[in-house]
Amino acid sequence: MSAVAVRVREAWTGVRWYLREVSGEGRWDAYVARCSAEGVAPMSRRAFERQRDHEREHSARGKCC
Amino acid sequence: MVLVSPDLLETPMSAPSPTATEPRSRRSPASIAVWVLVALVGAVCWSVLALSRGEEVSALWILFAALASYAIAYRFYSRFIARRVLKLDDRRATPAERLENGSDYEVTDRRVLFGHHFAAIAGAGPLVGPVLAAQMGYLPGTIWIIVGVIFAGAVQDMVVMFFSMRRDGKSLGQMIREEIGVVGGTAALVAVFAIMIIILAVLSLVVVNALAESPWGVFSIGLTIPIALFMGFYLRYIRPGRVLETTGIGVVLLLLAIVGGGYVESWGLGEALTLDKETLTLMLVAYGFVASILPVWMLLTPRDYLSTFMKIGVIILLAVGLVMANPVLSAEAMSPFASSGEGPVFAGKLFPFLFITIACGALSGFHALISSGTTPKMVAKERQVRMIGYGGMLMESFVAISALIAACVIDQGLYFAMNAPLGATGGTPETASQFVGALGYTISPDALTAAAAAVEEDIISRTGGAPTLAFGISQIFTDAFGGNLQAFWYHFAIMFEALFILTAVDAGTRVGRFMLQDTIGNFWPKFGDTSWKPAAWGASAVVVAAWGYMLYVGVTDPLGGINQLFPLFGIANQLLAAIALTLCVTLFLKHGWLKWVWVPGVPLAWDLVVTMTASYQKVFSDNPAIGYFAQADATRTARDAGELSGAAQNADQMDVIIRNSTTNGVLQATFAVLVIIVVANAAVIWVKAVRAGSLPTTEVPATPSTLVAPADFVATKEEKAELARWEAERAEKAGTP
Repeated sequence: MSAVAVRVREAWTGVRWYLREVSGEGRWDAYVARCSAEGVAPMSRRAFERQRDHEREHSARGKCC
Repeated sequence: MVLVSPDLLETPMSAPSPTATEPRSRRSPASIAVWVLVALVGAVCWSVLALSRGEEVSALWILFAALASYAIAYRFYSRFIARRVLKLDDRRATPAERLENGSDYEVTDRRVLFGHHFAAIAGAGPLVGPVLAAQMGYLPGTIWIIVGVIFAGAVQDMVVMFFSMRRDGKSLGQMIREEIGVVGGTAALVAVFAIMIIILAVLSLVVVNALAESPWGVFSIGLTIPIALFMGFYLRYIRPGRVLETTGIGVVLLLLAIVGGGYVESWGLGEALTLDKETLTLMLVAYGFVASILPVWMLLTPRDYLSTFMKIGVIILLAVGLVMANPVLSAEAMSPFASSGEGPVFAGKLFPFLFITIACGALSGFHALISSGTTPKMVAKERQVRMIGYGGMLMESFVAISALIAACVIDQGLYFAMNAPLGATGGTPETASQFVGALGYTISPDALTAAAAAVEEDIISRTGGAPTLAFGISQIFTDAFGGNLQAFWYHFAIMFEALFILTAVDAGTRVGRFMLQDTIGNFWPKFGDTSWKPAAWGASAVVVAAWGYMLYVGVTDPLGGINQLFPLFGIANQLLAAIALTLCVTLFLKHGWLKWVWVPGVPLAWDLVVTMTASYQKVFSDNPAIGYFAQADATRTARDAGELSGAAQNADQMDVIIRNSTTNGVLQATFAVLVIIVVANAAVIWVKAVRAGSLPTTEVPATPSTLVAPADFVATKEEKAELARWEAERAEKAGTP
């Protein structure tokens, strides 16, 4: 039973990881991790997301038909 | 980072890893058994499809024939291309590794990048094309979607991605200019822009046709705008970065909007939301313009999240629904229209028009724009190009197969009543029933009325493919999941298609705006500044006006817009594929890979034969049902004689037909000429390259890679071990600075 529970938890962690990565939500975690590795204080979440919005504003990513 | 000499790749790199290039296969008995089984399943499914005539055939034969074929093609053909032809080499650093900058160049997990790439290539095209192509029966469409993707579409996507990756993620246009020449490059640039305009117009036309006279549809699709705005503000000001939470709220609101649509009549909104096509066109054009100039965080980004999640959700739901419902195909294997060319949905015979109509699900030139530029800048390891490029396109093809099945399981009398233009069906159950009867199919007026009541919509002459697909999906889901929810599922499917298309229209208008600003910026640098409002507004207005005009042409066409414009769209997309494949052939020859040139060469030859035949017929055919100019001439002759022809109700409509047909004809001829220019320019290079054995290209010299990452969806045991070793090494280094 506990083996099944472990499996379920692993699958859930995997799905959650994938969704966060695909949606870009995980970018924040990666940024914070990078900052702590480099010993720099990260900017606020709001400022970080503003910067990503700004980048998106000036790039055109196509969509297909 | 040290640049290495070109001969580096001939000799093993300093620390040759066991998995750097595609390893030789070790065929274990279990693996052999599995592949024999897959091959058997495929062979049985194809045999059933090929041999069944006039008996009940389950749609699952198509589904499993497709899956087995994809599996075999992926395992063997794409691996052959990766190993023997392109010689993907994980010892070379990718642009993402060399140029990582945290924005466009970024090493991305292969499965995440697969998701991004698929979300960018998949749109409404593979949903609509196969539905229209179902007029020729299920077999031709099935064969082309599967064979086409394996040998043409997926190959194009993978090879273009590879070449762009080896050139720091250059765009298709840049590569053509640098590798073929300025003439070809300029022609390609114009072609890409013009083709994009047509695609936006035709996709918008699909939405207009699906929403016209449908208060339920207008209500739910209209609400997506405030929902997206809400999500945008929520993400910006309340919960920055919480994309999943925001998207979850958005999806719930979206579902409520669909349910709410069922009550518009009882809320007294029915009349206000019953809009004709002209009004919808104006609204869509205004929307496109506003969406293009608003900050992206407000509308575009949240809409993109919604559309992507809906897309994946519906595709999974449809696959599950198909297996659970196990529907029987109502369509014939091959209808008489395949050979007569007189089908009411679109004119022309199986060759070349089936290939033109299916377009995106088998081979899509537009993918070359995503496969160059965006995705290659994020690939972590070279060998991942196989799963992302080839694998991504197989998945798109699977969507096309699902759409084909949905169109083929509905009653074929109903199919033709829904897809024939208004001028043919007359718009009432009685006249539609008569018209369908004259085609050789049967459906009673009562059955048509009952079908309309089941989805709470008018269904006669709802052309464009989206309503038919929605009807098919609603039927499959009702069978699979039970309940009396057909009207809900119908509008759910319409919502999902419209969301797709509007996202493509938003993004396409923006891409067009950037292209225009970039091009004009060469002569007037200030105009190229994307943050300068007058330029942004001006360029957006030009792009919107261009597709808006073509949309208006389609909407007001007395002959029925979709049957007139869809061929133009399909040919344009396939012509773009011809341009992309021409680049691939050119680079094969410049690299001296004459031996393998058939890999992109055969699909290119086929695509050129198809598109040039279709273009020739559309321009020069003297059959007014096919040739645009013949149509204009016939109408002009009739008008001058004081008669009405086709579906025209008055002399003004005769003028509209003449004007539209001439416009379409001129555009068609222009596209074909542009492609001929690109191919002719390339042919000069081909001759030079073959004579010289090879020619220098703009490929970036090899740089050794220090990254380790698996190549395929599932990591092998060796890859996992290597990854663990590499990570331990990194951790050790980080620990001892």
